[in-house]
Amino acid sequence: LAAIKSATPGALTMEKVTDYKDASSYNNFYEFGTDKADPAQYAQALPTSPWQVEIEGLVKKPGRYALEDLLKLSAQEERIYRLRCVEGWSMVIPWLGYSLSALIRKVEPLGSAKYVEFVTLADPKTMPGVRSRVLDWPYVEGLRLDEAMHPLTLLAFGMYGEVLPKQSGAPLRLVVPWKYGFKSGKSIVKIRFTDKQPQTAWNKAAASEYGFYSNVNPAVDHPRWSQATERRIGEDGLFAKKRKTLLFNGYEAQVGQLYAGMDLKKFF
Amino acid sequence: MAIVVPTQRWAAAVNALCLHPWSKPLLFGLMLLPLCVLVGAAVFDQLGANPAQALVRSTGDWTLRALCLVLALTPLRVGLQLPALARWRRMLGLFVFFYASLHLLCYSWLDMGFELGDIARDIPKRPFILVGFAAFVLLCALALTSPHRVVRMMGGKHWRRLHQLVYAVAGLALLHFFWMRAGKNDVAEVWVYTAILGYLLGWRLVRAAKYMRKRPLAL
Repeated sequence: LAAIKSATPGALTMEKVTDYKDASSYNNFYEFGTDKADPAQYAQALPTSPWQVEIEGLVKKPGRYALEDLLKLSAQEERIYRLRCVEGWSMVIPWLGYSLSALIRKVEPLGSAKYVEFVTLADPKTMPGVRSRVLDWPYVEGLRLDEAMHPLTLLAFGMYGEVLPKQSGAPLRLVVPWKYGFKSGKSIVKIRFTDKQPQTAWNKAAASEYGFYSNVNPAVDHPRWSQATERRIGEDGLFAKKRKTLLFNGYEAQVGQLYAGMDLKKFF
Repeated sequence: MAIVVPTQRWAAAVNALCLHPWSKPLLFGLMLLPLCVLVGAAVFDQLGANPAQALVRSTGDWTLRALCLVLALTPLRVGLQLPALARWRRMLGLFVFFYASLHLLCYSWLDMGFELGDIARDIPKRPFILVGFAAFVLLCALALTSPHRVVRMMGGKHWRRLHQLVYAVAGLALLHFFWMRAGKNDVAEVWVYTAILGYLLGWRLVRAAKYMRKRPLAL
């Protein structure tokens, strides 16, 4: 997948990129099972072509958009983002894609649209995890419209210079680098514009543990573990000290103004 | 009656095997095997992308497995008429303590970097860690009172009372595991251990009830 270096502020961290082997073998993608190794093992059977994304709700141009058209909608950029999982580990991943805002502008949301909902494929035939009742399928995630319009919010089609491996959410996924990883929906089949805050999958499963915003925040602990530190995958072996987690995963300069005046402990 | 004779003969043969002087060293080696495999995997970088977490989880899993094994001894001993199995009880019990200690060590070292202040704050703050730690404290009491000399000093009755705490350890360990998985709604494996330990504890309850019905005055 050909791409240019991104010029978006904050889009190219200089930190050491995680090994492709780790990034493509240690995944949370519960549609394929809850073990970290399950997605790499079971996702290969997922057909990702042809693929369509349905755009619906409060927009002027709803409809089905083919993957080929989405790929060409805007120039593919390389962006190197930190990825912080809510479980307390992190990676650094070079993604390929473009700002989601390019797609949003094209479909022209109505003035009444306040939120965007992202729906992941839920096919029990090709996704063994969907047969279990770990979550209420399909997997739904959501953003406030201004969060979705932020230039760092990425619609990704590839990583490490290649198209996305299936376990990482092929053929297209969201990457919201200042939020915990689960906010970035994978293998997206539907994008819906609404005026109400979406009911997201993890929030429905455990509202006290996973809030709608889920911004990375070292000062707001998960009820069952601290979020103050994180383990960078592949960094300095088994006995390496964990590193300190940064507010908004280190993207405070870029995204802090989105949450000006908000109580981040209440809206976690 | 034709069935009983070979069964008894089989039981006698197995019993003799369990009494063999090499049976204990063999069991000892088998119980150390999981640790050897984990250390080997850690040295050769075979624990996946997050080796620290793999070690914390595996040592916890092996604690639960050893607990299932030690609690299975009495039902097996009585059900299959293998009195020699009693010889293994103390060693298997100490292996529960051993893997629990490794589990706590991995958490304190790999997860918390031996920051004692952080650990002290972490334990009361998070119920699932508090529950796990409580189970470990009980296990310490059982391990400390495991030498024959201590058993004699305490007297059989008091010692047995104290060691019934292993049932509380089983309950706390299951709660610890359940709480850890509950937030991610991923509790299938927890139910497997709950079923096994539930059966082993239920068997004891049924036996105790029968015993009391026969000898009500023994209370």
